[in-house]
Amino acid sequence: MKMISGKMALFALAAVVMLLAATSTSLLAAASEADFNAAYAEAEAANKQAGALRDQWTTTAAALASAKKAAEAGNFDAAVAEAKEAEALAKASVFQATHEKEAWKAEVIR
Amino acid sequence: MNLRPAIRLASAAFGLATLLWAALPAGAADSVDPAADAKAFQNYFTTKFPKLKPADFVNGPYSLNEDMHRQWVEKEEFPPYEFSLDMGKEMFAKPFKNGKSYADCFDNGGIGVRQNYPYFDEKEGKVITLELALNRCREANGEAPLSYVKDEMAALTAYMAFTSRGKPFDIKIPNDPRALVAFENGKEYFYTRRGQLNFSCASCHVQNPGERIRAEILAPALGILNAMPIYRSEWGGMGTTSRRFTSCNSQTRGVPLEPQSDEYRDLEYYLSYVSNGLPISGPGARP
Repeated sequence: MKMISGKMALFALAAVVMLLAATSTSLLAAASEADFNAAYAEAEAANKQAGALRDQWTTTAAALASAKKAAEAGNFDAAVAEAKEAEALAKASVFQATHEKEAWKAEVIR
Repeated sequence: MNLRPAIRLASAAFGLATLLWAALPAGAADSVDPAADAKAFQNYFTTKFPKLKPADFVNGPYSLNEDMHRQWVEKEEFPPYEFSLDMGKEMFAKPFKNGKSYADCFDNGGIGVRQNYPYFDEKEGKVITLELALNRCREANGEAPLSYVKDEMAALTAYMAFTSRGKPFDIKIPNDPRALVAFENGKEYFYTRRGQLNFSCASCHVQNPGERIRAEILAPALGILNAMPIYRSEWGGMGTTSRRFTSCNSQTRGVPLEPQSDEYRDLEYYLSYVSNGLPISGPGARP
């Protein structure tokens, strides 16, 4: 009996955790226009930095365009996700350009 | 004794030297040796492809694959760039509205001079490519510049290249530290990985010439510009050097720079210099 009630308690606890997780996810997913604006500005800033290093990626531009399109359609969840994707890509291109400042020398024919 | 002018001169010289040192890529100031670079570059390819003569490299992938070479020989009987060549000849001869023509802008009337481009202009302190010189000629004579990536520019350069066929590339690096900076910047661009695919020009054209990338056989970097401009079956038309550079960048998922930006001009300078001695074969045709 004790074992059963123990299992039930564990099950109840798991259910509560899952419910909380689901609730918090849905709360997180409901992005607003302000969220989009902030995410988009971050992505644009990172891409601008990549531009200064002469190493922007076409995929960053595509993700930025998709983000804008989703925001115009009022789908801010998708818009924020695309903007975050663009920011990650832009940061990767900045890393690449910074790394290559020295790394290119290793490839030179000698 | 008045030491002031001497101090001023010494300060100015020191300032100029500092500026030039700062402009060179890190660690390059004491190691820029274009002649040694060209020798090592050519040696790398002739060692990698021992059966090829140096002049064979200007035919790109057609020299690396027997079947393709046979196709190319047949194609050259009625080459796909012929229409462009005719158009270029006509454009070149047609006077501008002011009565002058392209011939007035170039040494030897523009005939047989392609092998000297790009050159380093010591007045301007920058690299001048043939495409840039053609547009500057137009603008100096009141004409609108042509697109660097479209058919008309390709036609003009095709005609000029044709008049230089067989003449070896003869790119000079004058005794000017800025020319060395341009050469070194071109080298840096050539070997720098960029784009989401993390490719440099060298990834394909140094490390993998002769290998396939999808259906294409990659051309060696040695002699790659000697054949410009080219008719590309993939493009279904002619392409300038500018088009080649920008499309290479796009293919690696990198945003291309503006045609004739300093980086591309320096890249052309570097790549042409390391192919010195190899004959001009343009206009060319590629799959």
